[in-house]
Amino acid sequence: MTNRIDVKKTYKLFINGAFPRSESGRTYEVKNAKGVFIANPSLASRKDLKDAVVAARAAQPGWNKATAYNKGQILYRIAEMLEGRRAQFVDEIISVTGATKVKAEKEVTNSVDRLVWYAGWTDKISSLSGALNPVAGPYYNFTIPESMGVIAAIAPENPSLLGLIDSIAPIIVGGNTVVILASNKAPLSAMSFAEVIATSDVPAGVINILTGKKEEIAPWIASHMDIDGFDISGLNSKSHGEIRIAGAENLKRIYAFKSADPGRILAFLEHKTVWHPVGL
Amino acid sequence: MSFEYAPAPESRAVVTIKPKYGHFIGGKFVAGTKLFPTINPATEEILSHIALAGKADVDAAVKAARKAYTTTWSKMSGKERGKYLFRIARIMQERAREFAVLETLDNGKPIRESRDVDVPLAAAHFFYHAGWADKLEYAGLGTSPKAHGVAGQIIPWNFPLLMLAWKVAPALAAGNTVVLKPAETTSLTALLFAEVCQQAELPAGVVNIVTGDGTTGAMIVNHPGIDKIAFTGSTEVGKIIARAVAPTHKSVTLELGGKAANIVFEDAAIDEAVEGIVNGIFFNQGHVCCAGSRLLLQENIAEEVVEKLKSRMTKIRVADPMDKNTDLGAINSKEQLLKITELSSVGDSEGGQRWSAPCELPSKGFWFAPTIFTGVSQSHRIAREEIFGPVLSVLTFRTPQEAIDKANNTPFGLSAGIWSEKGSKVLWASQQLRAGVIWANTFNKFDPTSPFGGYKESGWGREGGRHGLSAYLKGVSHD
Repeated sequence: MTNRIDVKKTYKLFINGAFPRSESGRTYEVKNAKGVFIANPSLASRKDLKDAVVAARAAQPGWNKATAYNKGQILYRIAEMLEGRRAQFVDEIISVTGATKVKAEKEVTNSVDRLVWYAGWTDKISSLSGALNPVAGPYYNFTIPESMGVIAAIAPENPSLLGLIDSIAPIIVGGNTVVILASNKAPLSAMSFAEVIATSDVPAGVINILTGKKEEIAPWIASHMDIDGFDISGLNSKSHGEIRIAGAENLKRIYAFKSADPGRILAFLEHKTVWHPVGL
Repeated sequence: MSFEYAPAPESRAVVTIKPKYGHFIGGKFVAGTKLFPTINPATEEILSHIALAGKADVDAAVKAARKAYTTTWSKMSGKERGKYLFRIARIMQERAREFAVLETLDNGKPIRESRDVDVPLAAAHFFYHAGWADKLEYAGLGTSPKAHGVAGQIIPWNFPLLMLAWKVAPALAAGNTVVLKPAETTSLTALLFAEVCQQAELPAGVVNIVTGDGTTGAMIVNHPGIDKIAFTGSTEVGKIIARAVAPTHKSVTLELGGKAANIVFEDAAIDEAVEGIVNGIFFNQGHVCCAGSRLLLQENIAEEVVEKLKSRMTKIRVADPMDKNTDLGAINSKEQLLKITELSSVGDSEGGQRWSAPCELPSKGFWFAPTIFTGVSQSHRIAREEIFGPVLSVLTFRTPQEAIDKANNTPFGLSAGIWSEKGSKVLWASQQLRAGVIWANTFNKFDPTSPFGGYKESGWGREGGRHGLSAYLKGVSHD
């Protein structure tokens, strides 16, 4: 009996619902904790970023227009799909990071649960952060949160799956679309998560995932004039100042987050106030 | 038959202007070393001389603010802090006429507007925020939201006292102390406000006011002893500030420029819309960041609206701002008049058709007749850049979607107007417009309970309401 040879996966990018290689043809080596070769994911280029932003911008009005109920169901669907593929994610986390099985399982469990948590936020955030304003005059005046547009994010190095989901979910809850750079050392979970997204009725372009170098891509994101907000939680705090300076060119909203809470959703929403006279 | 208005001048006897002013630091007026004149833009008369704050003055103000924060203000209960704000609101109401006259003399805006809009709204801002001081734990930022510490606040010349109120009231309610710099051409009402702080017995150093120009503003922005920067002004300066504070711990709110679309659909009540267009662009001489400076008319009603608008514009009274019948006052400064004149010339050279209301402009002071440009296209500079004067660019559209696309085709996103008698269309348009404030069948309305602020390059954060208050509190999950 001969040993079966594994069919290994090529880890590519996820842009506009498709899985292209980097247009640059560049890849980099991912090794496990013991230095053993694991995969050659794409090393995304500036052009890949541009393509992802174009896709995210095109997808944004449609995603924004989807009802909160619909968005919630799609987020919940992502959780369902991830739950069904738990074993694969646990294996990948163990193979790349050398984590124990218990730890890897906990990360996947938390990832699924976090998605479920955010799914429930889509139809509640407006009633918490909106307002009916009692202005001193005959006007009906209300404030509502609205999507900001295209938001970019740098996922933290680890936990590579939970950190990625913690960045993506709050951004898309309120109708934004996202371009995210995955963990550099452990990008496998992110690219497998793209397969989960691809089978969860998430419209093409709503979530775009790149793999590559933070120090290369972050400045490109910061200076990109068609990106409205930037989650820099995954960037070394030493580079935050320089990134914020570049982002000032179009007054990007740039934040680094410490925890998962509704403030993280609100950071990438704009509040709009509408006035209308009341009278006969 | 024509009617003439008899002069109805407001008396300036209610105001005493000192020959010179210093800074207000640590509860006392401190003489400045270098003085510069501040004039009445309607007459070019020198009203007083005010001080140009240098590094030593800014340092002293920050030090006083820090001391007040550490020793007094941060230790006081919200209930007591709120009472000081209520006192300030009441004293501003008591001295409202004095503030209104001084504002009009220093700024050039009609007394009717300073009396009926600027001053009452400023007092209302203090009254509103006073009530927040002991309710911060209900503001949606967790059970114990904290003040930032010392806030540096830089305000513009278009609504001097009102912008002071927008900045100082929420900062104090949230428990911060402030160093405020009014605009160089309009510092007098801020200095009168300092007297109000004294009358209210506000603890020394809680409010500090330094006067000066952009160099003073930059010292505040870059001062290491300041925790929070709040700025209202141009997008250009806003970006400079954003870059300056980027590597620091300071949090920032910015209220910047705009180029608001005011959209009139074919099913609008035309006469009401014409009033709204006039209010949108000629209120406060068009010195309004949220002015409705791009009029978008549906093609089939464009001719009628422009004709009615021109007829209405001939009735705008451009005259002495101290006259109670005046609609349009003086341009705030020679520099601003030059900017308006230059951009209007660009409007001519790019092919717009200029029409100005026939009116006699006073021989002294800075004046610009209410003006519209028709035949403007989206690429024209007068359709893209903020003119900040009484100049309206008129564009047309055929379909509602085209109106939205044109309205949103700007890096700004502060405000927008919609005129239509059809409810579902009004709500649809208000959803589609990418701007922080939407006025539907009205324009240029403000209230302390109503959040104000922009999308995109019109700024960061909101002012007014619970949303505005949160800009002066920590407690959110990000830096």
